[in-house]
Amino acid sequence: MNIELLVKMANEISLFFASGSAPTQAARDVATHMKRFWEPRMRRQIVTYYEKGQGEGLNDLAREAVALLAAEARLSNSA
Amino acid sequence: MFAIDYRDCGTPAPRDAGAPVTIDIDGKSVTVPEGTSVMRAASLAGIQVPKLCATDTLKAFGSCRLCLVEIEGRKGYPASCTTLVAPGMKIRTQSEKLAALRRGVLDLYLSDQPPAWAESPAKGHNELETVAKAVGLARTTYGPGRRRPAPVDDSNPYFVFDPQYCIVCSRCVRACDEVQGTFALTVQGRGYDSKIAASEGQPFLESECVSCGACVEACPTAALIEKSVIRLGEPQRAVITTCAYCGVGCSFEAETRGSGAATEVVRMVPNRDGDANHGHACVKGRFAYGYATHPDRQLKPLLRASIRDEWREASWEEAIAYAAGEIRRIQGKYGRDSVGGITSSRCSNEEAFLVQKLVRAAFGTNNVDTCARVCHSPTGYGLKSTLGESAGTQAFTSVARADVILVIGANPTDGHPVFASQIKRRLREGAKLIVIDPRVIDLVRSPHIAADIHLQLQPGTNVAMLNALAHVVVTEGLTKDDYVAERCEAPAYQRWKAFVAEERNSPETMAAITGVPAGLVRRAARLYATGGNGAIYYGLGVTEHSQGSTAVMGLANLAMATGNLGREGVGVNPLRGQNNVQGSCDMGSFPHEFTGYRHVSDSAVRTLFERDWGVQLPAEPGLRIPNMFEASLDGSFRALYVQGEDIVQSDPNTHHVTSALAAMECVIVQDLFLNETARFAHVFLPGSSFLEKDGTFTNAERRISRVRKVMPPRAGYEDWQVTMLLSEALGYPMRYTHPSEIMDEIARLTPTFAGVSYEKLDRLGSIQWPCNDAAPDGTPTMHVHQFVRGKGRFYVTEYVPTSERVNSRFPLILTTGRILSQYNVGAQTRRTDNVLWHAEDLLEIHPHDAEVRGIAEGDWVGMTSRAGETVLRARISDRIAPGVVYTTFHFPQTQANVVTTENSDWATNCPEYKVTAVQVVRVSQADAWRERTALERSLHETHARARDPAHA
Repeated sequence: MNIELLVKMANEISLFFASGSAPTQAARDVATHMKRFWEPRMRRQIVTYYEKGQGEGLNDLAREAVALLAAEARLSNSA
Repeated sequence: MFAIDYRDCGTPAPRDAGAPVTIDIDGKSVTVPEGTSVMRAASLAGIQVPKLCATDTLKAFGSCRLCLVEIEGRKGYPASCTTLVAPGMKIRTQSEKLAALRRGVLDLYLSDQPPAWAESPAKGHNELETVAKAVGLARTTYGPGRRRPAPVDDSNPYFVFDPQYCIVCSRCVRACDEVQGTFALTVQGRGYDSKIAASEGQPFLESECVSCGACVEACPTAALIEKSVIRLGEPQRAVITTCAYCGVGCSFEAETRGSGAATEVVRMVPNRDGDANHGHACVKGRFAYGYATHPDRQLKPLLRASIRDEWREASWEEAIAYAAGEIRRIQGKYGRDSVGGITSSRCSNEEAFLVQKLVRAAFGTNNVDTCARVCHSPTGYGLKSTLGESAGTQAFTSVARADVILVIGANPTDGHPVFASQIKRRLREGAKLIVIDPRVIDLVRSPHIAADIHLQLQPGTNVAMLNALAHVVVTEGLTKDDYVAERCEAPAYQRWKAFVAEERNSPETMAAITGVPAGLVRRAARLYATGGNGAIYYGLGVTEHSQGSTAVMGLANLAMATGNLGREGVGVNPLRGQNNVQGSCDMGSFPHEFTGYRHVSDSAVRTLFERDWGVQLPAEPGLRIPNMFEASLDGSFRALYVQGEDIVQSDPNTHHVTSALAAMECVIVQDLFLNETARFAHVFLPGSSFLEKDGTFTNAERRISRVRKVMPPRAGYEDWQVTMLLSEALGYPMRYTHPSEIMDEIARLTPTFAGVSYEKLDRLGSIQWPCNDAAPDGTPTMHVHQFVRGKGRFYVTEYVPTSERVNSRFPLILTTGRILSQYNVGAQTRRTDNVLWHAEDLLEIHPHDAEVRGIAEGDWVGMTSRAGETVLRARISDRIAPGVVYTTFHFPQTQANVVTTENSDWATNCPEYKVTAVQVVRVSQADAWRERTALERSLHETHARARDPAHA
């Protein structure tokens, strides 16, 4: 899929949770939202994008959230 | 005239039923609530008092002098319609004196009728005739008198007005005033010269009449009568069903002649016992049903291997086998998740349920979505997050208890006209009105209605406005803290309070963003918070934004903070666009949820479905509609089954949608017509209209109502049967013999529907879910003692401006909406005489913006955005502010969605239809301009790709 669009979507989700969630919780909330509403190939693609280039274009919170998804994916692959 | 099988009680039931009162009528003892008229009490006792000016949808008028009765101990002969019952009353409705008085009055009425009045087109369906028989007067005893010249007005496509039959009883005028609230009719002149006039004596079509038909139904003679009755004759039977247009979900009696395939609908009469509409209708529901028999209906399946080929007719067997074969071939080649389906908000609950079951169980993927994605998906997310349930909180009747009505991002008089009439009635009774909308909608000012406050904000600034309103509520101490303390999560409330109290959210600061003076915002906030019961009604002007879900949460925040949830007269109420938006969402049409809004990752829920359906189900969410398009363009999504939805015309950025569809290997369209999406289809399966099937629709107030088959499906199958055929061909047979069995399965698997059955629907008329052991007859008002989620949750709603900005190239903001006579993409209404009111989409542009562009009324204008360009005619209007333009999206020729962008709601991907930066120019030749700008765009994109190969 168009990675620019996925980055834009992740950033917009982050903008909501950045103000609405406690700072320690915000990244988890963004990642949870993506897990609950994004189809796996969308998540895989943004995780791959992040792992290849540190997620250029992602805002800080979105990057943190995608990092959580990436870590989960690694964990589940190694399990 | 009201429905053929309806017994009219003459006056309405008292709204606030008082203590029981027992009276004696003609020796019969009758007990009725205090406030009931003698006429109604008699009718309820089975005694019909002759009447002409009375009908039970209108207040008693007391003018025809036919309903006189005798009351023991009282002088004279009071009118039974205007006399209320009193304990111990003894009433006689028949006596020699009464008979003589009635004959005398009726003789005068008949003396003014044409000689052959009893042979009028309303023969057999004419109250005057019924009363004449009851009184025993077949013809007038007066000689022929002076006849008035009385031209027939047949300008309206659906009814005629023939003044020679008119008895000037004012029922039509009062229906227009009291029921519809348009005030288009009047009695012109005095005495013998009195006559009914539309507006100032104009033909009906050119007048302010909105063609709701209330006057036609109220008329006791042949003066106002449906053309279909004249053409087809008296109806022979009636079937109660539910309208397939907007989310009001009006109940109708479909009156027909003939049987089997020869069944003809003579007219649609709104059901006076209908729980949503109470006997009222609009021009679409009452009159615009002709599309069902339009010659454009495609009644044979069609096939083609490539979208470049011509269609060829096929048998059902061949078409179904081909479609199933392609689904399996594509899955074999590209993987299980390379296919998906779209359920329709126009189809029934049972049909939506079956399509999502087909996709999940037979396709084996969660790639199912619904057209509600592009309208009210933010409602589901926003209300579920804050209150715990993805639905509106009230019954429509709740508005009668509202003291302050807040309408935001909705245009009820056009989009939800029957409910708008209920709103207007309450406003005439004194309720206050706040309108938040970029456009001066009719509710802002129309006869006998004026908004107390209109916050005419810039498109795209709803969240800023809601935060400003909340700021006033919090900083001026207008919150209901006791209510919140008892019902809501305290930490989230405190966080929200601190947030909205920040100066940056004040009306004064936000004025620079919303364009609305702070004083007006402060007044509106105070009125909503302190004016008594505050009821919020909203539409797509809230949801179809990049912050649609945030705005819905903002509305819920406001309602919770002011204690405006959990009882009659208050609430947060989405006005759903299509007939079954609520239902299609309830039925598990979203890719992440089963029925009843339960996430697919919930293993307990998944196990429940797996056991019932006998298959293993995926635990990951599927693709949403816009994601399907993206996946198609990257090659990982290759087949789509679309039931009853024209995604090419209704989804944003048409070029993007058509590119995605053209890239697919198999598109299966099931519809009434070869719509725009069918241009990209390989299989076309004929659909069935609402008149041709059984099922249920769920309206905006969570009301489940029966759809009953009026005639056999013209193409041979009801839509749910077609889905079954496809499932069977895919090796997953479904065994339903009637939609009631599908509903039984829904009830078995869905806690909020546990108590729903066709038997109960037939018994109760309709049911508002949740319906279960705790609420066996349904739930009119939600969140009464506590919120569904337990404690209500406030969310911080930071305003984030849309990325769609005006600049020198696109200096205007386009926002879109609907018009009364047309419906969505117009597939139905464009195929009716409703085109007489609205034959094309127009671009409303402010006089200032028009002047600087040299645009005059009716000029062709070209409109360009970042996404595309289109041409339409201009309407100069100060309904919208300078800098804003507005259009509808009912006609494929206009293709309004060619210009809308792919921006979408952050949470749900609901498209941002309501904000598109555009430029508008006058064009002399529409086609030439369209071709030239398309070519320029193509060249521009080619150059852009050449400069930046990454975008190739």
